[in-house]
Amino acid sequence: MKSQTIRRWSAIHTWTSLICTLFLLMLALTGLPLIFHHQIDHLLGNAPQFKAMPADAPRLNLDQLIKAAEAHRPGEAMQYFAWEEDEPNGVMAIMAATPGTEPNSSHTFMLDARTGEALEMPSANGGFMMVMLRLHVDMYAGLPGKLLLAFMGLMFVLAIVSGIVLYAPFMRRLPFATVRPEKSTRIRWLDLHNLIGAVTLSWALVVGLTGVINACADLLITSWRNDSLAAMIAPYRDAPPLTQRAQAADLLKLAETAAPGMQADFIAFPGTLLSSEHHYAVFMKGASQLTSHLLTPVLIDASNLKLTAVVERPWYMDALGLSQPLHFGDYGGLPMQILWAALDVLTILVLGSGLYLWWVRRRVKA
Amino acid sequence: MKNSTFWKVFAAPTAIAVLTLAGLFAALLGDGAWDALSWLAMGISTAVSLKGLLTRKKLS
Repeated sequence: MKSQTIRRWSAIHTWTSLICTLFLLMLALTGLPLIFHHQIDHLLGNAPQFKAMPADAPRLNLDQLIKAAEAHRPGEAMQYFAWEEDEPNGVMAIMAATPGTEPNSSHTFMLDARTGEALEMPSANGGFMMVMLRLHVDMYAGLPGKLLLAFMGLMFVLAIVSGIVLYAPFMRRLPFATVRPEKSTRIRWLDLHNLIGAVTLSWALVVGLTGVINACADLLITSWRNDSLAAMIAPYRDAPPLTQRAQAADLLKLAETAAPGMQADFIAFPGTLLSSEHHYAVFMKGASQLTSHLLTPVLIDASNLKLTAVVERPWYMDALGLSQPLHFGDYGGLPMQILWAALDVLTILVLGSGLYLWWVRRRVKA
Repeated sequence: MKNSTFWKVFAAPTAIAVLTLAGLFAALLGDGAWDALSWLAMGISTAVSLKGLLTRKKLS
């Protein structure tokens, strides 16, 4: 490689890294507890405690669950019901002042699917873990915050790519995994930066790129509303506003008939971001491990409970669906969570050593 | 760079990168053995890094 080429890539590596390092450090630090949010919730007693009941205890139907939720938060509107695989006795409910209220102002709680009893989920509405999540997702700055972090993610990807290019001239004369602590502190950390960077880069690229996709979720959802959803609900454009929701007890059965072999993941109530003013949108997930991340929305007219359409899934919504597990590291059991955290800490070391190496070189040049 | 130098430098990182990508995607497909591939890949990255971090000056 010509020395001029090396200098050019070196400049790219330095500047893309400098721009994103502080943000990436914040993301890596706040991401660390988020990897274990389930375990932390259980440890702190924030996870809802369900009464022991026989396994075959009858379940409430959807209408009864809606009534229970509305009785718990009188005057508020239903936004979402969601099911979680590891909480078979519960239904997560999200309510807010109006159906269209933005998610950070909503209230999340759990309903016992057998009794309708409401169980609070403090960590879903505030507290330490919520602070970590908000810092990690948008730094309390809404869409601009998300897009800024997406940009930092792209800088991170560029820094990794330029790092791979620069790895060659540095390592030409050295065997893989050389660490020379006897030379100097700077050489030791240079070797460690190269070594740890080289072995963690594909993980960092996956988490970085899926983070960028997740940060763009709002834009993808807007695009889905304008493309797929708008076409399906076009006949309702001039329909009078929905005044009375039909009995919803059979909503899930209807959705399962429309999307055979699939299972409800969540329901978006009429007027929310993920439905229309006139529809329930039941988001159905596939039965296999892979397709359980791909959601197919079934639109059901809320005034008469008739099927309107099974909405097509554009490729970018599938990309968003798969980006979530690949970013969270929550799809391979506890060993995966622990290794996810280990690689997160190693990434912090690469970022920190990079900053250190830049600082020492700068002082030499000055 | 000559071909031989390229692979001398990039063989090990490429092998780890390919194994990690395979592991991360395999774990999306199923549980058990599928997950284990991702644990192996991430475990190797972590172990190699730890070994480097623990390399200290030889006491003479």
